[in-house]
Amino acid sequence: MSGPEAAGAKLPTPAWDGEMLVRAEHVKKYFPIRKGILQREVARVHAVDDVSLEVRTGETLGLVGESGCGKSTLARCIARLYDLTSGSITFEGRDISRLSRRQLRPVRRELQMVFQDPYASLNPRKRVGTIISDPLRIHNYGDRTKIKNRVRELLELVGLSPEHVNRYPHEFSGGQRQRIGVARAIALHPKLIIADEPVSALDVSIRAQVINLLDDLQDELALTYVFIAHDLGVVRHISDRIAVMYLGKIVEVSPAEELYKHPVHPYTEALLSAVPLPDPDISAKRERIVLEGDVPSPVAPPPGCRFHPRCRYATEVCRLEEPPLVQHGSGSHLAACHHPLDLPEPSAAPRTAAASP
Amino acid sequence: MLTFIVRRLAWTVLVLFVISVITFFIFFKTPGVDPARALAGRNPNAQTLAEIRAQFGLNRPLPVQYLLMMKQLFVTRSLVSYSNQGLLVVPELAAAAPATLSLVFGAAVIWVVVAIVMGVAAALLRGTWLDPVLMILALIGISAPVFWVGTLANYITQGALHNSFLFRWVPPLGYTPFTQSPSQWFLGLLIPWITLSILYIGLYARVLRGSLLEVQNEDFVRTARAKGLRESRVVVRHTLRNSMITFVSLFGLDFGALVAGGALLTEVVFSIHGIGYLTWQAFQSLDLPTIMATVVFGAFFIVLANALVDVAYAWLDPRVRPT
Amino acid sequence: MAEPLLEVRDLKVSFRTEDGTVKAVDGVSLEVAEGETLGIVGESGSGKSVTMMSVMRLINDPNMRVEGEVFYRGHDLMKLTQEQIRAIRGPGIAMIFQDPMTSLNPVYKIGWQISEQIRAHEKISAKAAHARAVELLRAVGIPHAQERVDDYPHQFSGGMRQRVMIAMAVSCNPDLLIADEPTTALDVTIQAQILELIKKLRDDYGTSVVLITHDMGVVADIADRVAVMYAGRIVEQGSLRSVFYDAEHPYTWGLLGSIARLDRPRPPRLTAIKGTPPSLIHLPQGCAFGPRCPYRFDLCTEVPSLENRLGNGHLDACHLDPERKRDLRETAIHPELAGRGQPELTEESR
Repeated sequence: MSGPEAAGAKLPTPAWDGEMLVRAEHVKKYFPIRKGILQREVARVHAVDDVSLEVRTGETLGLVGESGCGKSTLARCIARLYDLTSGSITFEGRDISRLSRRQLRPVRRELQMVFQDPYASLNPRKRVGTIISDPLRIHNYGDRTKIKNRVRELLELVGLSPEHVNRYPHEFSGGQRQRIGVARAIALHPKLIIADEPVSALDVSIRAQVINLLDDLQDELALTYVFIAHDLGVVRHISDRIAVMYLGKIVEVSPAEELYKHPVHPYTEALLSAVPLPDPDISAKRERIVLEGDVPSPVAPPPGCRFHPRCRYATEVCRLEEPPLVQHGSGSHLAACHHPLDLPEPSAAPRTAAASP
Repeated sequence: MLTFIVRRLAWTVLVLFVISVITFFIFFKTPGVDPARALAGRNPNAQTLAEIRAQFGLNRPLPVQYLLMMKQLFVTRSLVSYSNQGLLVVPELAAAAPATLSLVFGAAVIWVVVAIVMGVAAALLRGTWLDPVLMILALIGISAPVFWVGTLANYITQGALHNSFLFRWVPPLGYTPFTQSPSQWFLGLLIPWITLSILYIGLYARVLRGSLLEVQNEDFVRTARAKGLRESRVVVRHTLRNSMITFVSLFGLDFGALVAGGALLTEVVFSIHGIGYLTWQAFQSLDLPTIMATVVFGAFFIVLANALVDVAYAWLDPRVRPT
Repeated sequence: MAEPLLEVRDLKVSFRTEDGTVKAVDGVSLEVAEGETLGIVGESGSGKSVTMMSVMRLINDPNMRVEGEVFYRGHDLMKLTQEQIRAIRGPGIAMIFQDPMTSLNPVYKIGWQISEQIRAHEKISAKAAHARAVELLRAVGIPHAQERVDDYPHQFSGGMRQRVMIAMAVSCNPDLLIADEPTTALDVTIQAQILELIKKLRDDYGTSVVLITHDMGVVADIADRVAVMYAGRIVEQGSLRSVFYDAEHPYTWGLLGSIARLDRPRPPRLTAIKGTPPSLIHLPQGCAFGPRCPYRFDLCTEVPSLENRLGNGHLDACHLDPERKRDLRETAIHPELAGRGQPELTEESR
């Protein structure tokens, strides 16, 4: 196998400054709903509806939102597991949005995913060693010995015993399986790992282990993460910046701490308010904003601002015009709202005392 | 609904076309086949053969012969048998249908009732000795070939024990139309019904048991118990009702296949002149028109059964209904 | 002191399997008073669900063995006949489950399912039951209840289905509502709605609630008292504030410490409990949490009993000296506060 697919060769990247690892521009992903004799498209699921986002090298970008917000779909678009309906994805300066599967091969060395379900994402018929070495073999990492050593190295890196290389997935616990998934993802020294709810299916006491592992690996291996979760606490812990999604759109982007201390978008405010806190006194005193109704269907999103039917601050303009994603406050905080919540001026030193909004 | 019907009709036509074409061409590729010779009777000479070929269009190109046959089958219904001179195929088929329908229908009633009883019993009595016993009986039912069971039945009821009080009532082999004598119709079909149903009782009891055990573990059954419902109600209204979806789907398909000619073995063993018997005869004498008619009839019936099963499925499971 | 509504005494539930006997519940005792909300916290395998399902005798496994007593209004539920238990399910004790997607029968309309429960316990006509069902749907906040009562479960969203489940559960005015992870499968904003609903119904009708969850935040929001379970045993039990602020068991410390909290500054690392939960077939010698406990010492080879060590109604099952616990507690949960960095809690694999 010669050409760009050969081991070690990198694709020429046109004029990449090294800073923006991923740039998503006006990405749209719609899924058609077909009915009728001729299976004509009668409606579409607007899973991702004009999302523009950047991921800086070395950072962890958190992506939060509830069911139907499109975060998983967006992740899969970035990873090119889906074709985009429109828009572009640029990775390391190169537009990967319309590359064929063959052309994407070398990109896959650099961009990997870790999935949510540790029970479904590992092939139960393959031994763990095979599961981890598959990507190495596919990308011609080296000869058998080299691959074998790399597998042992990876198992140790994720905190598993290299002796277990011949076991099957069902012989491991959920947390251990997730570590195997991580080992597989980092096998080829990727630049970017997209983790789609990597700890949601795990027990609480195991979650912290895997989160700490991901933290450590990021430092050791100079990884960039896109971390998707619905658990706001976990996302805040691990992320540098966070993007909040609602019904296929990004409604707020902000540095992690600032999002929690000073949310600008009412949905973020409601989301934060809905999270139960493990502190009885604070819990009793809190003013909880309980949103009415269900999340609307992404098939027929509301006009104007998508959140307006459930928003306690909504006015006429919210029904008519979709608010653009604009800067607020110091500059790195973006929000799409006609009535953003007040953002105080940035203070000189970061506040460390516990504060509830 | 309209969409559904139109799509199904289109499929039906396509399926019938493909099957009939394949049957047609297989027939003519079969070695030893010469319809002209069969039609001619004893020791035909070359001239007779040529005349017959001309008369029946056997010297025309195959596609033309095919179209001709289809026309005679569907439009003019004047299709004539190759082996039985002058015998009109379509009326023959129509006359044979009641026998098959009687046989299959009666067997179906028996097999559904017994299979449900056995399946429910096995599922409820799981853990006791009755469950494996019932399942072994079912397995025997599935494994025993129907022609063997039928022959055995005949041996006992017609032969060895015929004169005992147990089986004196068994009439001679053959089918008596209901219009002719209801009691003879019934008695004559009783043993064939039991024979044919044994296989399906085995199959369906096992399927139902498996389905019941699976549904028993579903969350909504647990909810039903938590509601304080009586166990019998939980079993019938919740567990059984949901297991029947698979049962009914399979039933529709099997019933359709049997009517379409799948009851052949039973009909032959018991000398019931139904569609299966007719098909068997036609294959024996390589009588293409009859073969074609029975095959097309069978295919149509199966497609129809499939469509009805889909409708039944939607009726049973609201999730499948189009919104 | 009034009689507790529900009293579980030394409940033991085990299952015979090919690999051995699984001790799902290993001697659990707890009480629920009238109008009280008890939160049972634990992870998978802790036995929390099996405990409450056994209370209602909902587990039908021929390989199961149950010992112990469960007193409800003076009767031992373990000794009642099938018919007697059936009569209690619904009007006495009702239960809602975790996954609203699968907990409703997909082939029947929800109005029918609610009516079914009512009519199983009361002699009323189908029409009257149907009207009650509509009322209940309104009470749990389902919009257009009159029309939606004739819909099928798959036509509702997850949050709505859980409301239907709740409506069904309270339809016979139970004394006790058991909620087994009712919000785990739901989005966080919907979770808040459901918890508010449960609180409202509880306050309106004075129902006792047992809420099973793995989420400490949910417990803090709704419970009056808390029981923490691990490996089939209760390791800590007490009032809400005392369990959260004066936790007496290293497992509880670990749970509290491993949560990524929104109300505190970010720690450099989360405090993870090392290792994995034990096999319920081969429980460790002595304290079940021992192998994972950073403070284990020689006494821990004996099974610690659940005792009121401080005389204040707060029970715990840990041999550590109460004084030592006081010293350890804060840094065990929030090591970053000690300014000392991380204690020796490295992940270990088996």
